[in-house]
Amino acid sequence: MSSVTIDNTVEDPKQRAPLVLNHDDFASVTEEICRVNEAPKPPKAWYVSFIIANMLAGLLVLLLAYLFITGVGIWGNQNPVMWGFPIVNFVFWVGIGHAGTLISAILFLFRQRWRTAINRFAEAMTIFAVICAGLFPGIHVGRIWLAYWLFPIPNQMGMWPQFRSPLLWDVFAVSTYFTVSLLFWYVGMVPDLATLRDRATSRFKAIIYGLFSLGWRGSMRHWHRYERAYLLLAALATPLVLSVHSVVSFDFAVSQLPGWHTTIFPPYFVAGAIFSGFAMVNTLAIPSRQIWGLKNFITMRHLENINKIILVTGSMVGFAYMMEFFIAWYSGAHYEAFAFINRAFGQHAWAYWIMVSCNVISPQLFWFKKIRRSIPLMFIVCLAVNVGMWFERFVIVLSLEQDFLPSSWGYFTPTWIDIWMLIGSFGLFMTLFLLFIRFLPVIAISEVKAVMPQADPHHDQKHGEAKA
Amino acid sequence: MNRQHYVFPKWSNMLLPTLIAVSTVVPLYVVLLAAYGFSPKATDVGYQPEQPIPFSHAVHAGQLGMDCRYCHNTVEVAAKAAIPPTQTCMNCHEKIKKDSDQLQLLHETYQRGESIPWVRVHDLPDYVYFHHAAHISRGVGCVSCHGRVDQMEVVYQHEPLSMAWCLNCHRNPEPHLRPLGEITNLAYDPMVELTADERHQLRKLHSIDPSQDCSTCHR
Repeated sequence: MSSVTIDNTVEDPKQRAPLVLNHDDFASVTEEICRVNEAPKPPKAWYVSFIIANMLAGLLVLLLAYLFITGVGIWGNQNPVMWGFPIVNFVFWVGIGHAGTLISAILFLFRQRWRTAINRFAEAMTIFAVICAGLFPGIHVGRIWLAYWLFPIPNQMGMWPQFRSPLLWDVFAVSTYFTVSLLFWYVGMVPDLATLRDRATSRFKAIIYGLFSLGWRGSMRHWHRYERAYLLLAALATPLVLSVHSVVSFDFAVSQLPGWHTTIFPPYFVAGAIFSGFAMVNTLAIPSRQIWGLKNFITMRHLENINKIILVTGSMVGFAYMMEFFIAWYSGAHYEAFAFINRAFGQHAWAYWIMVSCNVISPQLFWFKKIRRSIPLMFIVCLAVNVGMWFERFVIVLSLEQDFLPSSWGYFTPTWIDIWMLIGSFGLFMTLFLLFIRFLPVIAISEVKAVMPQADPHHDQKHGEAKA
Repeated sequence: MNRQHYVFPKWSNMLLPTLIAVSTVVPLYVVLLAAYGFSPKATDVGYQPEQPIPFSHAVHAGQLGMDCRYCHNTVEVAAKAAIPPTQTCMNCHEKIKKDSDQLQLLHETYQRGESIPWVRVHDLPDYVYFHHAAHISRGVGCVSCHGRVDQMEVVYQHEPLSMAWCLNCHRNPEPHLRPLGEITNLAYDPMVELTADERHQLRKLHSIDPSQDCSTCHR
């Protein structure tokens, strides 16, 4: 393996841009990816970030205990903003999750071969993000021991949840999404787990990886069924990419609050979700490829493709913001108009302008090739998008502050517990993600090999020449 | 291939089917256990605490044919069906079975001016408001909720008193409606004595439209 890096961002119609760099054979690919899991000790950066993430996750657990003992009064949720940080965080994390499914399902069906290097950890990111998301509505019910009321379970009260409420649809949408994403992630991982099992140096590892690789032997029949299952799951997951965040948007759009009650919400939320998800993929991919030396797989071309998606979805989001204002004016509904003027110039205008500068202006920088291909600059833009997308949900939820009746207006102030729970959820997310990197194959080993030119049966042949 | 790679013995082939079987059966069992085992039907029905005096409803309400309202006299006008004061007992027991051992506590408490420490049988949660008069005055008889008290030596809880049980009747009250004259007649069964049409007429007569709003019972 040479260490010559090739610039694979160049578009040359005569030749496919290589997606795996500096590898001529499959064995070295396996070797390089497995090194992440097989190194006797992870890099120092892993320890440092794991300790920090773990401490924050621990803090979250403590705050949860405090919350369960004391009640939701410890949050800033107060009349008229009964939905404060918990719903903001929920929508934020669910949105992050959308990149994983988009990469694994839609890009797969569209035969976007570059997805193979990033799909595994994007799917992992999705699952961990949905775990963080699911946490917040669960604890928002206040009486956590009654959280099972979210589900339609026959009970001694003779009551069902309100089937006409989007909050219930949400329960179904998110739990379906989690199940399908988890299955997708796991099914895709089985052959790679078998690789780790076969390479395991200790009996313990062999047993653990062996259990989870479900007796995979890599026979033709195994591969055939695996590919079928994967394709079917991709087809099942594709509508979910669009439906889940549409349903999340119904939480708002189905209500009658000015600023929420708009038909643009479902597509606008989906675009925003993919936007934030891809920004998070890049936020995680950039340090990961650096620390674990995965630059041959997650190449500049991959990052640039992600940036292009961020640019597209960011523009969609910006367009949606504009349309909201246009409709507020064009509809002639003065409550609607007030809601939007208030958003931009009212008491939380600072949040609105953080949102606009992070979500609308910053991705536009990706029109420039230089910025799209500069690691530090794209990292900054992606961080800005993460921040901006959190503030987008914050701004939307704060429409509650000033509705129809001036007498019921208020000002939302989060408590320190709100803020630390948000930070703690990042700790939980990063803890899970770091454990994933250490113990599971971070890149889809078998899939990545398939996009190498060597995987083509005619690879060694010259044009018009029969194989010897 | 190295033989050492085969870390699993042959029986481990059964692990996956077993896991699948267990992971379907166990949750199902837990759900059924919770649904039936912890339902008020299983936990509350049949609650029969020992009372300080072996008062027999079977004798008083059954054999002697005393009306429920003789002792529980507030039932037609108030939310609560009163537990009778000791004085009510003494109306008769001043003379009857004066020297019975079983009534010793009655006389003692009467002389000291205290109440008999009866143990409550039908106890709804504190967040539920039930109004006896509202039901009695519209033709829902005692027996609908309390069962055949006139046949009980010691009173026990006959119905689950769960929310679903309340709602069952609120959603379909007609099978429980009777003429007001038969309110305390525990042997009267509207399903036998009345036609469906007559029960419907009763419903119309008392304009019964039971509310199912949360605030009806959870005030």
